[in-house]
Amino acid sequence: MESVRYEAPNDVEAAVRLLAADAGAKVLSGGTDLIVQMRIMNRVPTVFVDVKRIPRLSALALDAKGLRAGAAVPAARIYENEAIRQLWPGLAEATDLIGSSQIQGRATWAGNLCNASPAADSVPALIACGATAVVAGPKGERRVPVEQINTGPGKTSLAPGEFIVEFEIPAPAPHASDAYQRLIPRSEMDIAVVGVGVALTLDAGGVVTAARVVLGAVAPTAILVPEAAAALVGTKCEEAALERAGQAATAAAKPIDDRRGTVAYRKKISAVLTKRVAKQAYERAKAR
Amino acid sequence: MAKIQVQTTINGEQLDFLCDGQQSLLSALRDELGLTGTKEGCSTGDCGACSITLDGQLVPACLVLAAEAEGREIGTVEGVAQGSGLHPIQRKFLEHAALQCGVCTPGLIVATRALLLKNPNPTEAEARYYLAGNLCRCTGYDKIIKAVLDAAASMRGESA
Repeated sequence: MESVRYEAPNDVEAAVRLLAADAGAKVLSGGTDLIVQMRIMNRVPTVFVDVKRIPRLSALALDAKGLRAGAAVPAARIYENEAIRQLWPGLAEATDLIGSSQIQGRATWAGNLCNASPAADSVPALIACGATAVVAGPKGERRVPVEQINTGPGKTSLAPGEFIVEFEIPAPAPHASDAYQRLIPRSEMDIAVVGVGVALTLDAGGVVTAARVVLGAVAPTAILVPEAAAALVGTKCEEAALERAGQAATAAAKPIDDRRGTVAYRKKISAVLTKRVAKQAYERAKAR
Repeated sequence: MAKIQVQTTINGEQLDFLCDGQQSLLSALRDELGLTGTKEGCSTGDCGACSITLDGQLVPACLVLAAEAEGREIGTVEGVAQGSGLHPIQRKFLEHAALQCGVCTPGLIVATRALLLKNPNPTEAEARYYLAGNLCRCTGYDKIIKAVLDAAASMRGESA
């Protein structure tokens, strides 16, 4: 095979030019999907555009407004950050579930999102936390809620030449927190049968004032379930409220049968995990 | 397309090599530089045999492009021993007979060193989770985990 072109631009504009000039050019950050696809599916890019030399893509910045995380920051750098673990424990835990320690030294949120597997662990957690992706392209930059990036398995709403530069995650309110859990057949290193992310905001009396409930692995993309969120708002996450949220999750889940689980099983587990994760997010929010 | 020239630091030594754009760092280490301590298992990031550190981060060398190594600091199993003396992790792997065919061993040693730098006193469960991406098909994991925990104790000065 001829040597494939490799470019490592130092700024966003140069990366956009490289990507826009060649439909076969691919963004390389962690490479944990791109290089595997090249090796086992023979999907070889015409140009590797390594974005890790762009300072914005490797930066982590935390202030009163929230977190700005470069798209090429690997999972390990995110979940090892104590401040991130405190502010978004569910998001940190979801990030810590992606692959092995070695993979976590490479894999990124942007890659997990743009590879567009319905079972990606960080995606429901990012959506629950209200994350926004900053997307750069030939027409400049735009800010896109994470739930609008995936359009189906392996598909994104990014236009040719566009790529994710960074994520913005708003700081949680005083009594707010999040949680993410997944069901897998083994105890480590597996793909979610169902994954659930929940973020809750409480008032001083412990009543839920805002909720986001997101299901992964039970539809072509991760899905927000506003009916489940509505079942929690105005409650203290008592058993009856959790039960209604779980029923809403089961109703919203549109899974497929595969060797990891059947439709009926995934719908049932959607409720079980929604209740469990909402309860965990509630306890965390109350403790803050 | 011409070969790409890469200048990098491996185990503290500055080295140059030529590579193709799609060539993995694993292949460059073994085939261009003769550093065959790092093993090829699956080549798809699943087995941990090719674990190295890249700017201090534990990564699978099969999923790093060789060209990415420009200006970076790479650590391989060849850099673990201290001169002619084995590193405590290596010594404990031998003492506990935590290896048989040896293909997973370099990756396990590099990963264990990364674990113990972050967490000098891991519980058994923490060690098992951290090393879950290092597959062994001979010895099984009990001896390996015993060696890891004993090496940790030794490095903390709690045993010989």
